[in-house]
Amino acid sequence: MGYSTLSTKHLLGIKYITADDINLIFQTAENFKDVINRPIKKVPSLRDVTIANLFFENSTRTRISFELAEKRLSADVVNFSAASSSVKKGETLLDTVNNILAMKVDMIVMRHPAAGSHHYLSKHIDASIINAGDGTHEHPTQALLDAFSMREQLGDLKGKKIVIVGDIMHSRVALSNIFCLIKLGAKVKVCGPPTLIPKYITSLGVEVEYSIKKALEWCDVANVLRIQLERMDIKYVPSLREYSMYYGVNKKLLDSLNKKIVIMHPGPINRGVELSSDVADSDQAIILDQVENGVAVRMAVLYLLAGNRAN
Amino acid sequence: MKGGKTILAKERFKLTVERLCHELIEKYEDFSDTCIIGVQERGVLLADRVIERLKVLAPKTNIEYGKLDITFYRDDFRTRVEPLKASSTEIDFLIENKKVILIDDVLYTGRTIQASLAALQDFGRPAQVELLTLVDRRFNRHLPICSDYTGITVDALDEAYVKVEWENLDGQDRILLFSAKRNN
Repeated sequence: MGYSTLSTKHLLGIKYITADDINLIFQTAENFKDVINRPIKKVPSLRDVTIANLFFENSTRTRISFELAEKRLSADVVNFSAASSSVKKGETLLDTVNNILAMKVDMIVMRHPAAGSHHYLSKHIDASIINAGDGTHEHPTQALLDAFSMREQLGDLKGKKIVIVGDIMHSRVALSNIFCLIKLGAKVKVCGPPTLIPKYITSLGVEVEYSIKKALEWCDVANVLRIQLERMDIKYVPSLREYSMYYGVNKKLLDSLNKKIVIMHPGPINRGVELSSDVADSDQAIILDQVENGVAVRMAVLYLLAGNRAN
Repeated sequence: MKGGKTILAKERFKLTVERLCHELIEKYEDFSDTCIIGVQERGVLLADRVIERLKVLAPKTNIEYGKLDITFYRDDFRTRVEPLKASSTEIDFLIENKKVILIDDVLYTGRTIQASLAALQDFGRPAQVELLTLVDRRFNRHLPICSDYTGITVDALDEAYVKVEWENLDGQDRILLFSAKRNN
Protein backbone atom coordinates (compact mmCIF):
# COMPACT_ATOMS: atom_id res chain seq x y z
CA MET A 1 0.00 0.00 0.00
CA GLY A 2 1.70 3.19 -1.13
CA TYR A 3 1.71 6.46 0.70
CA SER A 4 1.15 9.57 -1.33
CA THR A 5 0.35 13.16 -0.91
CA LEU A 6 -0.13 16.33 -2.92
CA SER A 7 2.59 18.97 -2.87
CA THR A 8 0.05 21.64 -1.97
CA LYS A 9 -2.52 22.44 0.67
CA HIS A 10 -4.81 24.33 -1.72
CA LEU A 11 -5.83 23.81 -5.31
CA LEU A 12 -5.57 27.37 -6.56
CA GLY A 13 -4.66 26.53 -10.14
CA ILE A 14 -2.95 23.94 -12.30
CA LYS A 15 0.00 26.30 -12.64
CA TYR A 16 0.92 25.68 -9.00
CA ILE A 17 0.82 21.88 -8.93
CA THR A 18 3.23 19.33 -10.40
CA ALA A 19 2.81 16.56 -12.96
CA ASP A 20 3.16 14.09 -10.07
CA ASP A 21 0.25 15.78 -8.32
CA ILE A 22 -1.84 15.50 -11.46
CA ASN A 23 -1.05 11.82 -11.89
CA LEU A 24 -1.81 11.12 -8.24
CA ILE A 25 -5.18 12.84 -8.63
CA PHE A 26 -5.87 10.68 -11.72
CA GLN A 27 -4.98 7.43 -9.94
CA THR A 28 -7.21 8.33 -7.02
CA ALA A 29 -10.00 9.43 -9.36
CA GLU A 30 -9.94 6.01 -11.02
CA ASN A 31 -10.72 4.43 -7.64
CA PHE A 32 -13.53 6.91 -7.05
CA LYS A 33 -14.97 6.32 -10.51
CA ASP A 34 -15.24 2.71 -9.43
CA VAL A 35 -17.02 3.79 -6.25
CA ILE A 36 -19.62 6.00 -7.99
CA ASN A 37 -20.55 3.16 -10.33
CA ARG A 38 -21.43 0.82 -7.47
CA PRO A 39 -24.98 0.27 -6.23
CA ILE A 40 -24.04 2.24 -3.09
CA LYS A 41 -22.09 5.22 -4.32
CA LYS A 42 -20.78 6.46 -1.04
CA VAL A 43 -17.69 6.03 1.13
CA PRO A 44 -17.19 7.39 4.66
CA SER A 45 -13.74 8.99 4.13
CA LEU A 46 -14.61 12.62 4.92
CA ARG A 47 -17.27 12.05 7.56
CA ASP A 48 -15.61 14.48 9.98
CA VAL A 49 -15.05 17.24 7.40
CA THR A 50 -17.27 20.23 6.73
CA ILE A 51 -17.02 21.92 3.35
CA ALA A 52 -18.48 25.27 2.31
CA ASN A 53 -19.30 25.83 -1.35
CA LEU A 54 -19.08 29.56 -2.00
CA PHE A 55 -20.40 30.57 -5.40
CA PHE A 56 -20.05 34.25 -6.19
CA GLU A 57 -20.78 33.46 -9.82
CA ASN A 58 -23.42 31.32 -11.50
CA SER A 59 -22.85 27.62 -12.02
CA THR A 60 -24.85 24.46 -12.61
CA ARG A 61 -22.48 21.64 -13.46
CA THR A 62 -19.52 22.58 -11.30
CA ARG A 63 -21.63 23.27 -8.27
CA ILE A 64 -23.68 20.09 -8.48
CA SER A 65 -20.58 18.11 -9.29
CA PHE A 66 -18.71 19.43 -6.24
CA GLU A 67 -21.71 18.92 -4.01
CA LEU A 68 -22.17 15.32 -5.16
CA ALA A 69 -18.46 14.66 -4.78
CA GLU A 70 -18.58 16.00 -1.21
CA LYS A 71 -21.68 14.01 -0.32
CA ARG A 72 -20.29 10.80 -1.78
CA LEU A 73 -17.30 11.23 0.50
CA SER A 74 -19.72 11.70 3.43
CA ALA A 75 -18.61 15.28 4.13
CA ASP A 76 -21.01 17.83 5.61
CA VAL A 77 -21.85 20.49 3.07
CA VAL A 78 -23.04 24.09 3.29
CA ASN A 79 -23.92 26.09 0.22
CA PHE A 80 -23.69 29.76 -0.35
CA SER A 81 -24.50 31.87 -3.34
CA ALA A 82 -23.71 35.54 -3.59
CA ALA A 83 -27.11 36.48 -4.97
CA SER A 84 -28.89 35.67 -1.70
CA SER A 85 -26.22 36.73 0.80
CA SER A 86 -24.85 39.64 2.80
CA VAL A 87 -22.34 40.33 0.04
CA LYS A 88 -25.12 42.48 -1.33
CA LYS A 89 -25.00 44.46 1.93
CA GLY A 90 -21.35 45.34 1.38
CA GLU A 91 -19.46 42.69 3.31
CA THR A 92 -15.88 42.06 2.11
CA LEU A 93 -14.77 38.67 0.80
CA LEU A 94 -12.40 38.07 3.72
CA ASP A 95 -15.08 38.94 6.27
CA THR A 96 -17.59 36.65 4.58
CA VAL A 97 -15.15 33.75 4.55
CA ASN A 98 -13.89 34.33 8.10
CA ASN A 99 -17.45 34.31 9.36
CA ILE A 100 -18.08 31.02 7.64
CA LEU A 101 -14.85 29.56 8.99
CA ALA A 102 -15.78 30.68 12.51
CA MET A 103 -18.59 28.13 12.26
CA LYS A 104 -15.88 25.42 12.04
CA VAL A 105 -15.69 24.77 8.34
CA ASP A 106 -12.64 22.79 7.19
CA MET A 107 -12.51 23.38 3.45
CA ILE A 108 -13.66 26.05 1.03
CA VAL A 109 -14.72 25.46 -2.56
CA MET A 110 -15.07 28.84 -4.21
CA ARG A 111 -16.00 30.37 -7.52
CA HIS A 112 -15.43 34.10 -7.82
CA PRO A 113 -15.51 36.58 -10.73
CA ALA A 114 -12.23 38.22 -9.66
CA ALA A 115 -9.06 36.49 -10.89
CA GLY A 116 -6.69 35.81 -8.00
CA SER A 117 -9.30 35.98 -5.25
CA HIS A 118 -8.33 32.46 -4.13
CA HIS A 119 -4.69 33.47 -3.81
CA TYR A 120 -5.67 36.41 -1.70
CA LEU A 121 -7.77 34.22 0.58
CA SER A 122 -5.10 31.53 0.86
CA LYS A 123 -2.76 34.09 2.42
CA HIS A 124 -5.27 34.99 5.12
CA ILE A 125 -6.99 31.78 6.17
CA ASP A 126 -5.97 28.29 7.30
CA ALA A 127 -8.63 26.16 5.62
CA SER A 128 -7.86 24.37 2.34
CA ILE A 129 -9.18 26.28 -0.66
CA ILE A 130 -10.27 24.74 -3.94
CA ASN A 131 -10.67 27.02 -6.92
CA ALA A 132 -13.90 26.30 -8.78
CA GLY A 133 -13.21 29.11 -11.24
CA ASP A 134 -11.82 32.60 -10.74
CA GLY A 135 -12.78 35.09 -13.42
CA THR A 136 -10.86 34.53 -16.64
CA HIS A 137 -7.93 33.01 -14.76
CA GLU A 138 -8.13 29.29 -13.88
CA HIS A 139 -10.62 26.46 -13.43
CA PRO A 140 -8.33 23.66 -12.28
CA THR A 141 -10.83 20.86 -11.62
CA GLN A 142 -12.28 21.30 -15.11
CA ALA A 143 -8.80 20.92 -16.63
CA LEU A 144 -8.18 17.84 -14.50
CA LEU A 145 -11.41 16.18 -15.55
CA ASP A 146 -10.78 17.10 -19.20
CA ALA A 147 -7.30 15.58 -19.13
CA PHE A 148 -8.64 12.56 -17.21
CA SER A 149 -11.31 12.04 -19.89
CA MET A 150 -8.73 12.42 -22.67
CA ARG A 151 -6.52 9.88 -20.93
CA GLU A 152 -9.40 7.40 -20.86
CA GLN A 153 -9.75 7.76 -24.64
CA LEU A 154 -6.09 7.98 -25.68
CA GLY A 155 -4.01 6.50 -22.87
CA ASP A 156 -0.91 8.42 -21.78
CA LEU A 157 -1.17 11.99 -23.07
CA LYS A 158 2.53 12.37 -23.76
CA GLY A 159 2.93 13.48 -27.40
CA LYS A 160 -0.84 13.48 -28.03
CA LYS A 161 -2.22 16.40 -30.04
CA ILE A 162 -4.92 18.51 -28.52
CA VAL A 163 -6.54 21.61 -29.94
CA ILE A 164 -8.55 24.05 -27.87
CA VAL A 165 -11.08 25.86 -30.04
CA GLY A 166 -12.94 29.10 -29.40
CA ASP A 167 -12.83 31.97 -26.96
CA ILE A 168 -9.33 31.48 -25.57
CA MET A 169 -9.14 35.03 -24.27
CA HIS A 170 -11.99 34.83 -21.78
CA SER A 171 -11.71 31.16 -20.92
CA ARG A 172 -10.34 29.99 -17.59
CA VAL A 173 -10.93 26.47 -18.89
CA ALA A 174 -8.51 27.14 -21.76
CA LEU A 175 -5.78 28.44 -19.47
CA SER A 176 -6.05 25.60 -16.97
CA ASN A 177 -6.23 23.08 -19.83
CA ILE A 178 -3.05 24.49 -21.36
CA PHE A 179 -1.13 24.29 -18.06
CA CYS A 180 -2.40 20.78 -17.39
CA LEU A 181 -1.82 19.30 -20.85
CA ILE A 182 1.65 20.78 -21.18
CA LYS A 183 2.62 19.42 -17.77
CA LEU A 184 1.49 15.99 -18.96
CA GLY A 185 3.62 16.27 -22.11
CA ALA A 186 0.85 16.77 -24.68
CA LYS A 187 1.16 19.05 -27.72
CA VAL A 188 -1.35 21.86 -27.61
CA LYS A 189 -2.68 24.24 -30.24
CA VAL A 190 -5.26 26.94 -29.75
CA CYS A 191 -7.64 27.90 -32.52
CA GLY A 192 -10.08 30.79 -32.81
CA PRO A 193 -10.61 34.23 -34.28
CA PRO A 194 -7.52 36.47 -33.82
CA THR A 195 -9.48 38.83 -31.58
CA LEU A 196 -10.13 36.02 -29.09
CA ILE A 197 -6.54 34.71 -28.96
CA PRO A 198 -4.39 36.56 -26.38
CA LYS A 199 -1.29 38.12 -27.88
CA TYR A 200 1.35 36.30 -25.82
CA ILE A 201 -0.36 32.92 -25.59
CA THR A 202 2.58 31.22 -27.36
CA SER A 203 4.78 32.01 -24.35
CA LEU A 204 2.87 29.23 -22.55
CA GLY A 205 4.25 26.69 -25.01
CA VAL A 206 1.24 26.38 -27.31
CA GLU A 207 0.90 27.07 -31.02
CA VAL A 208 -1.77 29.19 -32.65
CA GLU A 209 -3.80 28.02 -35.64
CA TYR A 210 -6.41 30.26 -37.21
CA SER A 211 -7.90 27.68 -39.59
CA ILE A 212 -10.33 25.34 -37.87
CA LYS A 213 -10.00 22.77 -40.67
CA LYS A 214 -6.21 22.60 -40.34
CA ALA A 215 -6.46 22.47 -36.56
CA LEU A 216 -8.89 19.56 -36.61
CA GLU A 217 -6.84 17.69 -39.20
CA TRP A 218 -3.82 17.95 -36.92
CA CYS A 219 -5.37 16.96 -33.61
CA ASP A 220 -6.43 13.79 -31.75
CA VAL A 221 -8.84 15.67 -29.50
CA ALA A 222 -10.68 18.96 -29.97
CA ASN A 223 -11.80 20.69 -26.78
CA VAL A 224 -14.43 23.16 -27.98
CA LEU A 225 -15.18 26.14 -25.74
CA ARG A 226 -18.17 28.41 -25.38
CA ILE A 227 -18.16 32.01 -26.60
CA GLN A 228 -18.44 33.89 -23.30
CA LEU A 229 -20.62 36.80 -24.28
CA GLU A 230 -21.11 37.75 -20.63
CA ARG A 231 -17.40 38.53 -20.28
CA MET A 232 -17.12 40.58 -23.47
CA ASP A 233 -17.28 44.31 -22.93
CA ILE A 234 -16.80 45.04 -26.62
CA LYS A 235 -17.59 43.11 -29.80
CA TYR A 236 -14.84 40.59 -30.45
CA VAL A 237 -16.71 38.81 -33.24
CA PRO A 238 -19.05 40.51 -35.74
CA SER A 239 -21.92 38.13 -34.95
CA LEU A 240 -22.53 34.69 -33.49
CA ARG A 241 -23.67 33.56 -36.92
CA GLU A 242 -20.39 34.58 -38.47
CA TYR A 243 -18.45 32.92 -35.63
CA SER A 244 -20.42 29.74 -36.17
CA MET A 245 -19.69 29.80 -39.93
CA TYR A 246 -15.93 30.15 -39.44
CA TYR A 247 -15.26 28.35 -36.17
CA GLY A 248 -18.33 26.23 -35.47
CA VAL A 249 -17.65 22.47 -35.38
CA ASN A 250 -20.27 20.59 -37.39
CA LYS A 251 -20.81 17.13 -38.86
CA LYS A 252 -19.80 18.16 -42.37
CA LEU A 253 -16.48 19.50 -41.15
CA LEU A 254 -15.76 16.37 -39.12
CA ASP A 255 -16.73 14.08 -42.01
CA SER A 256 -14.29 15.89 -44.27
CA LEU A 257 -11.37 14.83 -42.02
CA ASN A 258 -9.51 11.62 -42.76
CA LYS A 259 -9.74 10.39 -39.16
CA LYS A 260 -12.13 10.27 -36.25
CA ILE A 261 -11.24 12.75 -33.55
CA VAL A 262 -12.63 13.06 -30.03
CA ILE A 263 -14.85 16.08 -29.37
CA MET A 264 -15.06 17.60 -25.90
CA HIS A 265 -16.90 20.56 -24.44
CA PRO A 266 -16.85 21.81 -20.84
CA GLY A 267 -20.49 22.97 -21.02
CA PRO A 268 -22.77 24.79 -21.13
CA ILE A 269 -23.06 24.27 -24.89
CA ASN A 270 -24.47 26.94 -27.15
CA ARG A 271 -25.93 24.50 -29.66
CA GLY A 272 -25.56 25.75 -33.20
CA VAL A 273 -22.84 28.24 -32.28
CA GLU A 274 -19.56 26.53 -31.37
CA LEU A 275 -20.92 22.99 -31.72
CA SER A 276 -23.77 21.75 -33.90
CA SER A 277 -26.35 19.46 -32.31
CA ASP A 278 -25.52 16.46 -34.49
CA VAL A 279 -21.90 16.64 -33.29
CA ALA A 280 -22.77 17.28 -29.64
CA ASP A 281 -25.01 14.18 -29.63
CA SER A 282 -22.73 11.97 -31.74
CA ASP A 283 -20.59 9.11 -30.43
CA GLN A 284 -17.49 11.18 -31.13
CA ALA A 285 -18.47 13.61 -28.37
CA ILE A 286 -17.59 12.54 -24.82
CA ILE A 287 -19.29 15.49 -23.17
CA LEU A 288 -21.34 13.39 -20.74
CA ASP A 289 -18.31 11.24 -19.88
CA GLN A 290 -16.60 14.47 -18.91
CA VAL A 291 -19.45 15.26 -16.55
CA GLU A 292 -19.32 11.79 -14.98
CA ASN A 293 -15.55 11.99 -14.58
CA GLY A 294 -15.98 15.43 -13.02
CA VAL A 295 -17.47 13.91 -9.86
CA ALA A 296 -14.70 11.30 -9.57
CA VAL A 297 -11.93 13.84 -10.15
CA ARG A 298 -13.40 16.27 -7.61
CA MET A 299 -13.74 13.45 -5.07
CA ALA A 300 -10.05 12.71 -5.60
CA VAL A 301 -9.05 16.36 -5.11
CA LEU A 302 -11.16 16.73 -1.96
CA TYR A 303 -9.92 13.41 -0.55
CA LEU A 304 -6.26 14.18 -1.15
CA LEU A 305 -6.45 17.75 0.18
CA ALA A 306 -8.41 16.68 3.25
CA GLY A 307 -5.72 14.08 3.95
CA ASN A 308 -3.07 16.77 3.69
CA ARG A 309 -4.64 18.76 6.48
CA ALA A 310 -3.17 16.39 9.05
CA ASN A 311 0.22 18.04 8.48
CA MET B 1 14.27 -3.30 7.20
CA LYS B 2 16.70 -5.88 8.57
CA GLY B 3 16.93 -8.28 11.45
CA GLY B 4 13.57 -9.96 11.07
CA LYS B 5 13.19 -13.36 12.72
CA THR B 6 11.54 -16.08 10.66
CA ILE B 7 8.71 -17.62 12.64
CA LEU B 8 7.18 -19.75 9.90
CA ALA B 9 8.69 -20.86 6.58
CA LYS B 10 8.73 -23.35 3.72
CA GLU B 11 7.01 -26.65 4.54
CA ARG B 12 5.33 -25.43 7.70
CA PHE B 13 4.06 -22.35 5.89
CA LYS B 14 2.61 -24.55 3.13
CA LEU B 15 1.08 -26.94 5.64
CA THR B 16 -0.52 -24.07 7.52
CA VAL B 17 -2.21 -22.71 4.39
CA GLU B 18 -3.21 -26.26 3.48
CA ARG B 19 -4.75 -26.79 6.89
CA LEU B 20 -6.73 -23.54 6.61
CA CYS B 21 -8.10 -24.71 3.25
CA HIS B 22 -9.16 -28.04 4.74
CA GLU B 23 -10.90 -26.23 7.58
CA LEU B 24 -12.86 -24.23 5.01
CA ILE B 25 -13.80 -27.37 3.05
CA GLU B 26 -14.92 -29.05 6.26
CA LYS B 27 -17.21 -26.14 7.05
CA TYR B 28 -18.45 -25.14 3.60
CA GLU B 29 -18.32 -28.47 1.68
CA ASP B 30 -19.43 -27.44 -1.82
CA PHE B 31 -19.11 -23.69 -1.20
CA SER B 32 -22.63 -22.98 -2.47
CA ASP B 33 -23.73 -19.39 -1.84
CA THR B 34 -20.27 -18.67 -0.55
CA CYS B 35 -17.73 -16.12 -1.65
CA ILE B 36 -14.18 -15.35 -0.68
CA ILE B 37 -13.15 -11.73 -0.29
CA GLY B 38 -9.48 -10.80 0.04
CA VAL B 39 -8.59 -7.51 1.71
CA GLN B 40 -6.27 -5.34 -0.42
CA GLU B 41 -3.36 -5.41 -0.65
CA ARG B 42 -1.62 -8.19 1.27
CA GLY B 43 -4.75 -10.04 2.26
CA VAL B 44 -5.33 -10.65 -1.44
CA LEU B 45 -2.03 -12.52 -1.66
CA LEU B 46 -3.25 -15.00 0.93
CA ALA B 47 -6.69 -15.17 -0.69
CA ASP B 48 -5.04 -15.89 -4.07
CA ARG B 49 -3.15 -18.79 -2.51
CA VAL B 50 -6.23 -20.14 -0.74
CA ILE B 51 -8.25 -20.01 -3.98
CA GLU B 52 -5.41 -21.72 -5.85
CA ARG B 53 -5.27 -24.55 -3.31
CA LEU B 54 -9.07 -24.92 -3.02
CA LYS B 55 -9.23 -25.46 -6.79
CA VAL B 56 -6.90 -28.42 -6.32
CA LEU B 57 -8.34 -29.78 -3.08
CA ALA B 58 -12.00 -29.32 -4.02
CA PRO B 59 -11.98 -29.15 -7.83
CA LYS B 60 -15.73 -29.44 -8.32
CA THR B 61 -16.56 -26.29 -6.44
CA ASN B 62 -16.99 -22.94 -8.05
CA ILE B 63 -16.20 -20.21 -5.55
CA GLU B 64 -16.85 -16.56 -6.24
CA TYR B 65 -13.80 -14.48 -5.47
CA GLY B 66 -13.53 -10.73 -4.92
CA LYS B 67 -10.95 -8.21 -3.77
CA LEU B 68 -11.87 -5.43 -1.40
CA ASP B 69 -10.03 -2.14 -0.95
CA ILE B 70 -10.80 -0.42 2.33
CA THR B 71 -8.72 2.75 2.00
CA PHE B 72 -11.74 5.05 1.86
CA TYR B 73 -13.33 3.33 4.87
CA ARG B 74 -10.42 3.66 7.29
CA ASP B 75 -11.07 5.48 10.55
CA ASP B 76 -7.51 6.81 10.80
CA PHE B 77 -7.62 8.64 7.47
CA ARG B 78 -7.20 12.15 8.78
CA THR B 79 -4.93 11.32 11.69
CA ARG B 80 -2.19 9.88 9.48
CA VAL B 81 0.60 12.12 8.29
CA GLU B 82 -0.11 11.24 4.67
CA PRO B 83 -3.19 9.79 3.02
CA LEU B 84 -2.99 6.17 1.93
CA LYS B 85 -3.07 5.36 -1.73
CA ALA B 86 -6.02 3.22 -2.68
CA SER B 87 -5.98 -0.11 -4.54
CA SER B 88 -8.78 -1.39 -6.69
CA THR B 89 -11.89 -3.14 -5.48
CA GLU B 90 -12.90 -6.02 -7.72
CA ILE B 91 -16.20 -7.46 -6.59
CA ASP B 92 -18.39 -8.08 -9.61
CA PHE B 93 -21.17 -9.86 -7.74
CA LEU B 94 -23.59 -8.92 -4.98
CA ILE B 95 -22.92 -10.44 -1.58
CA GLU B 96 -26.59 -10.18 -0.61
CA ASN B 97 -27.50 -13.31 1.41
CA LYS B 98 -24.15 -14.92 0.69
CA LYS B 99 -21.76 -16.48 3.15
CA VAL B 100 -18.61 -14.40 3.07
CA ILE B 101 -15.16 -15.61 4.00
CA LEU B 102 -13.05 -12.53 4.60
CA ILE B 103 -9.32 -13.07 4.23
CA ASP B 104 -6.47 -10.93 5.53
CA ASP B 105 -2.86 -11.85 6.22
CA VAL B 106 -2.35 -10.40 9.71
CA LEU B 107 -5.02 -9.65 12.31
CA TYR B 108 -3.58 -6.96 14.56
CA THR B 109 -5.66 -4.11 16.03
CA GLY B 110 -8.82 -5.24 14.25
CA ARG B 111 -9.34 -1.84 12.62
CA THR B 112 -8.76 -3.13 9.11
CA ILE B 113 -11.40 -5.78 9.66
CA GLN B 114 -13.81 -3.23 11.11
CA ALA B 115 -13.33 -1.08 7.99
CA SER B 116 -13.73 -4.17 5.80
CA LEU B 117 -17.05 -5.00 7.43
CA ALA B 118 -18.24 -1.43 6.82
CA ALA B 119 -17.09 -1.58 3.21
CA LEU B 120 -18.75 -4.98 2.66
CA GLN B 121 -22.13 -3.51 3.53
CA ASP B 122 -21.94 -1.41 0.37
CA PHE B 123 -22.13 -4.61 -1.65
CA GLY B 124 -25.21 -6.04 0.03
CA ARG B 125 -26.22 -7.71 3.28
CA PRO B 126 -24.30 -10.94 3.71
CA ALA B 127 -25.93 -13.92 5.40
CA GLN B 128 -22.81 -14.35 7.51
CA VAL B 129 -19.20 -13.24 7.55
CA GLU B 130 -16.27 -15.30 8.78
CA LEU B 131 -12.66 -14.23 9.06
CA LEU B 132 -9.59 -16.18 7.99
CA THR B 133 -6.12 -14.86 8.86
CA LEU B 134 -2.70 -16.38 8.58
CA VAL B 135 -1.38 -14.55 11.66
CA ASP B 136 -3.34 -13.61 14.75
CA ARG B 137 -1.62 -11.13 17.08
CA ARG B 138 -4.06 -11.78 19.85
CA PHE B 139 -2.74 -9.37 22.50
CA ASN B 140 -2.82 -6.24 20.35
CA ARG B 141 -6.51 -5.87 19.63
CA HIS B 142 -8.28 -2.48 19.84
CA LEU B 143 -11.69 -3.87 19.00
CA PRO B 144 -13.73 -6.97 19.87
CA ILE B 145 -12.85 -8.84 16.69
CA CYS B 146 -11.47 -12.34 16.38
CA SER B 147 -10.49 -14.70 13.63
CA ASP B 148 -12.51 -17.86 12.83
CA TYR B 149 -9.65 -19.61 11.03
CA THR B 150 -6.13 -18.83 12.19
CA GLY B 151 -2.81 -19.93 10.73
CA ILE B 152 -0.57 -19.15 13.67
CA THR B 153 -0.95 -17.09 16.79
CA VAL B 154 1.80 -14.61 17.55
CA ASP B 155 2.23 -13.05 20.97
CA ALA B 156 4.37 -9.96 20.49
CA LEU B 157 4.83 -6.49 21.89
CA ASP B 158 3.03 -3.50 20.42
CA GLU B 159 6.27 -2.21 18.89
CA ALA B 160 6.81 -5.42 16.96
CA TYR B 161 5.87 -5.84 13.34
CA VAL B 162 4.84 -9.04 11.59
CA LYS B 163 5.25 -9.43 7.84
CA VAL B 164 4.03 -12.25 5.63
CA GLU B 165 6.17 -12.76 2.52
CA TRP B 166 5.12 -14.63 -0.59
CA GLU B 167 7.13 -16.71 -3.02
CA ASN B 168 5.75 -15.04 -6.13
CA LEU B 169 6.38 -11.55 -4.78
CA ASP B 170 9.17 -11.64 -2.22
CA GLY B 171 11.12 -14.77 -3.26
CA GLN B 172 9.94 -17.19 -0.59
CA ASP B 173 7.00 -18.04 1.60
CA ARG B 174 7.64 -17.04 5.18
CA ILE B 175 6.43 -15.04 8.15
CA LEU B 176 8.87 -12.61 9.74
CA LEU B 177 8.79 -10.95 13.14
CA PHE B 178 10.59 -7.61 13.57
CA SER B 179 11.27 -6.21 17.00
CA ALA B 180 10.81 -2.52 15.95
CA LYS B 181 7.85 -1.10 14.07
CA ARG B 182 8.24 -0.39 10.38
CA ASN B 183 8.52 3.36 9.96
CA ASN B 184 5.73 4.18 7.54
